[in-house]
Amino acid sequence: MAMLEVKNLSKSFGNLKVLEDINMTVEKGEVVAVIGPSGSGKSTLLRCINQLEKAGGGEIKVCGTDMLLKNDSGKTVYADSKTLREIRLKTGLVFQNFNLFPHMTVLRNITEAPVCVLKKNKQEAQAKAMELLRKMGLETKAKSYPCELSGGQQQRVSIARALALNPEILFFDEPTSALDPELTGEILKVIKELAAEGMTMVIVTHEMAFARDVADKVVFMEGGYIVEQGAPEQLFGDSASDRVKQFLQRFNN
Amino acid sequence: MTSEQITTLFGLMLRYTVPTLKIFGFTLLYSIPLGMIVALLKMCRFKPVSWLTNVYILIMRGTPLLLQLIVAQYSVPYILQSSLCPGFLRSLLENVDIRSDSYIFNMMLIAFVLNYAAYFAEIFRGGIEAIPKGQYEAAGSLGFSKLQTFFRIILPQVVKRVVPASSNEIITLIKDTSLASAIPYMEIMYIAKKQVPTYASLMPLFIAGIFYFVFATVLTLLFSFIEKKLDYYK
Repeated sequence: MAMLEVKNLSKSFGNLKVLEDINMTVEKGEVVAVIGPSGSGKSTLLRCINQLEKAGGGEIKVCGTDMLLKNDSGKTVYADSKTLREIRLKTGLVFQNFNLFPHMTVLRNITEAPVCVLKKNKQEAQAKAMELLRKMGLETKAKSYPCELSGGQQQRVSIARALALNPEILFFDEPTSALDPELTGEILKVIKELAAEGMTMVIVTHEMAFARDVADKVVFMEGGYIVEQGAPEQLFGDSASDRVKQFLQRFNN
Repeated sequence: MTSEQITTLFGLMLRYTVPTLKIFGFTLLYSIPLGMIVALLKMCRFKPVSWLTNVYILIMRGTPLLLQLIVAQYSVPYILQSSLCPGFLRSLLENVDIRSDSYIFNMMLIAFVLNYAAYFAEIFRGGIEAIPKGQYEAAGSLGFSKLQTFFRIILPQVVKRVVPASSNEIITLIKDTSLASAIPYMEIMYIAKKQVPTYASLMPLFIAGIFYFVFATVLTLLFSFIEKKLDYYK
């Protein structure tokens, strides 16, 4: 079953086209890496799918539910607000700069949404949060505040926070770009573990080795277009596109 | 002055701290929530609302509080005189006894609240705008509603950011309550001024000064304590 279907998605900021004719599908359990030079529209694509930016045109379907669709008169419209909110709960998003809530403890960062949004009981939410923290190797940090943690630890908390809502698909927007190489390793390890558990994920990243080794599918973007998408062996090994070859050349050597 | 006279003066002024603290307390009680509402109105994306709010803030911050206090006292008779006054307002205001103590106090409080709300609004707006966009995005992606996001995620962080600037305003307010003496409303300053000719001495004013100084110092200590309390996160 397709967890995400994007058709002809477009988006512009004023006259500047940032996304054009984007088509991609993510199947259940698949890990998709979105790569490409800075400013190619990777993050904007993720932000459109996560309702942080308004799409210009096209269609988006998340977990089989229409989010952005064409109405009877052929106009591109969003689903009603209730549906949009339901979709948000099925998707999780991990940000480049974590965006943890600084005034809450690590534990509360994770339990706040399950308790307030899903109306789960507090003990239950805390038990689940502790389980996630153990998985992230952070069970001793439950009572700490985000400012007391390293960047890698903060990012692991933000992954746990997203997982606490049991999302069906998890999006990562350059999750390691704010981290040094050592901390990057921590986060990539966590993502690998999630992949092994069968989590459906879309990861915008500049970590080429990671994209090659972990992703089932790699999407290469430039100038708002998808230049090529396919199995990592194809893009990294024998790409049909000169641009992709050129971009990955430095990495392959 | 004899020490008995000084003790009498202290006792007298101690009694008049009640009206002083009444202005102070009620002004804070109403102007802080109103200031938050004004801040949100100013940030409203519907431009006319934002402009009108701006005009209100400009007037309140651009004219003396003393002038506003006096205008407020005259406002009801002035509105009743005006031919533009709509009927329902006229019938409402005609029943107001403009010589009653409650009228004097309420109109004074309105002026204090409107004035301080304008200052608080600017402080709160700065605090709200300083919260990174990522906080709203993270809250949205976790499914929080707009209201939940504001009250659970944004507001607690705004509070921490606005405490230093607000404490300045609040310390200014305790001293500004003395302007009420010009209305006249009987509080510490009024009573101190009145005692000066009686005793032919500046001692009453000096004692009034001690009262304001003590209040301001207590507030300063209180706010530095609150700031420390809020220091558990960065």
